[in-house]
Amino acid sequence: MSVSAWTYLFVGLSFSLYLGIAWRSRVRDTRGFFVAGRGVPAMANGMATAADWMSAASFISMAGLISMMGYSGGVYLMGWTGGYVLLALLLAPYLRKFGKFTVPDFIGDRYDSNIARVVAVLCAVFISFVYVAGQMRGVGVVFSRFLEVDINVGVIIGMAIVFVYATLGGMKGITWTQVAQYWVLITAFLVPAIAISIRLTGHALPQVGMGAELLDSASGGGVYLLDKLNQIHADLGFASYTDAFASQRWNRLNVGLTALALMVGTAGLPHVLVRFYTVKNVKAARWSAFWALFFISMLYLTAPATAAFARYYMIDSLQGQSRQELPAWFESWEQTGLIAWFDDGDNRLRYSAGDDNEVFRSGSMAAAHMQALATSHQRWLDGAGGEDARPELREAGLSGPDRDIIVLATPEMAGLSAWIIALMAAGGLAAALSTASGLLLVVSSSVAHDLYYRIINPQASEAKRLAVGRATIGLAVVIAGIFGIYPPGFVAEVVAFAFGLAAASFFPALVMGIFSRRVGTVPAVSGMVIGIGFTAAYIIGNRFFGMPAWCFGISAQAIGSVGMLLNFAVALLLVPFCKPPGPAVQQLIDRIREPEGSGPGVDIETAAGQ
Amino acid sequence: MKDSIAARYWRTNLKIMAVLLLIWAIAGFGLGIIGAPTLNQIRLGGFPLGFWFAQQGSIIVFVLLIAVYAALMNRVDDRYHRELQEERSGEAGK
Repeated sequence: MSVSAWTYLFVGLSFSLYLGIAWRSRVRDTRGFFVAGRGVPAMANGMATAADWMSAASFISMAGLISMMGYSGGVYLMGWTGGYVLLALLLAPYLRKFGKFTVPDFIGDRYDSNIARVVAVLCAVFISFVYVAGQMRGVGVVFSRFLEVDINVGVIIGMAIVFVYATLGGMKGITWTQVAQYWVLITAFLVPAIAISIRLTGHALPQVGMGAELLDSASGGGVYLLDKLNQIHADLGFASYTDAFASQRWNRLNVGLTALALMVGTAGLPHVLVRFYTVKNVKAARWSAFWALFFISMLYLTAPATAAFARYYMIDSLQGQSRQELPAWFESWEQTGLIAWFDDGDNRLRYSAGDDNEVFRSGSMAAAHMQALATSHQRWLDGAGGEDARPELREAGLSGPDRDIIVLATPEMAGLSAWIIALMAAGGLAAALSTASGLLLVVSSSVAHDLYYRIINPQASEAKRLAVGRATIGLAVVIAGIFGIYPPGFVAEVVAFAFGLAAASFFPALVMGIFSRRVGTVPAVSGMVIGIGFTAAYIIGNRFFGMPAWCFGISAQAIGSVGMLLNFAVALLLVPFCKPPGPAVQQLIDRIREPEGSGPGVDIETAAGQ
Repeated sequence: MKDSIAARYWRTNLKIMAVLLLIWAIAGFGLGIIGAPTLNQIRLGGFPLGFWFAQQGSIIVFVLLIAVYAALMNRVDDRYHRELQEERSGEAGK
């Protein structure tokens, strides 16, 4: 069977699985729709959280990013996992004990203010849409690369699938499809990683293989993979792979603050937080935070190994080869523009950090322009006029292959059969769809529950609220799809934005709400507004208007840390001047701080309390 | 008296949290970032140690931290919940 036949088979099978699950878990009330009836077991919720969390970017781009960044790539690994420690210790158990439906619910009730609620709703909706735009695009990209379908058709197919299972089953449907999606995506990620590890080092565990010696005797067997990689990097003029702070951009301050911003941002992302409302009790919330990180670590501990293997293998198999000697995968990915070779005339491929580099990518450059460059470059090579295209590409910052190739081409690099490559397509789609559906539910619950039910029409009947929930999630899917078809040209930038905002708004507001009795409405709202305002202004100024990174050279990605500290500082400074929260709020704080027992008696007690 | 049980519970909770967060900071920021260049001079098989902490070790520590927290706090919860129950039933009996 051909790759595309296998791909159709796997994608078809996985999609029918998702739809089948959705049909079985369709719901009839808002509790089912918004918090899956609070009946999700801790381990299943952990898996769902993992799938929810790991997006198309984690699946397709992260290993490639680490591969290009070496040590500094650890920032993403630590940032996106360390946040779960904060989540587990500082937020998850208390939010579960609070036991309403959404994050704005907690902020609105704890700070006893509809302004706080609306600010929280706006942040939740904004963060979710920013994120979901990238996911829908990811669905389209996977379709177009693996099935040669038009990107837009891919987006529409993805939209249709999400639409069905999200409107039918709400949180319940989303949770159980996410559990299935976790297995699809983790299998697709681990199989090629294990295969390439065995091929290069003879170890089945990629985490061991990464620190082991290379098998291949031709390129100096018996040398440690990472040592070899450092040596290759030095020879080609790249910064060392394992040395810390090898580049100016990733100095100690920026590495530290970026990691912190990603951690705090992770702990403040609404689509992750709401998952902890869906479990039975506080104890299950704690264990489900553990399971979530455990399942996430399966991918996050493997990604750096894949990154190192693919980096070594890619350079080793391409460097100095002539057009005829290049491996087959090079040609198939050359067609997608992820990698391109502009020879200097010697018919020997050279990849380096210097001006003699011949490997490029098309990136955001228009396909027609890229084609024109290639034609003119070919004429230049033949001595028939034309122009060397390399300086222009170098200027445009398009040196080196696209980072996505690291994960997408690993199965072919490892010489795996066609069905594994097809599995990657199903895995990428699972990663994108699971995250998209979780985010869309946040949009729906924020609008239907917080805005409509809590503020606009508190008398709404159960049936009406459910209908509004279904309608908003349907509408949100359509908007997300439009973002996928007409992507704002700055998806990568806005993701930094989402984390920065979550770090500067939700995290401090939630932590102070739980751990302080004194912080009331005015300090909390001022803190949030100033934290968000500062972070947003800095990122927008720096990324879009060429504002220099005036704040100690801190990059836009890392500024969320500063925004968060500012939020805390403003709120705590205002506390002595404002009156403490009233008795109702004090009671609420007492309630979320109470120890919870276990056993059937307690289950009845907590069920009655909701 | 109810306050004192709740207050003791809360203090225990804060203590456990503080210790675990300290380990979190040391593993992630201390070993993985601030101390990475120094640790890189030590080797763990084929890994420079600082690099290993940044890309593997810190994540393993994070997973273990949450496991310890969940196991420990759930036990603490049970203990104090029982105390609260006993106290409440004692009051009701008077």
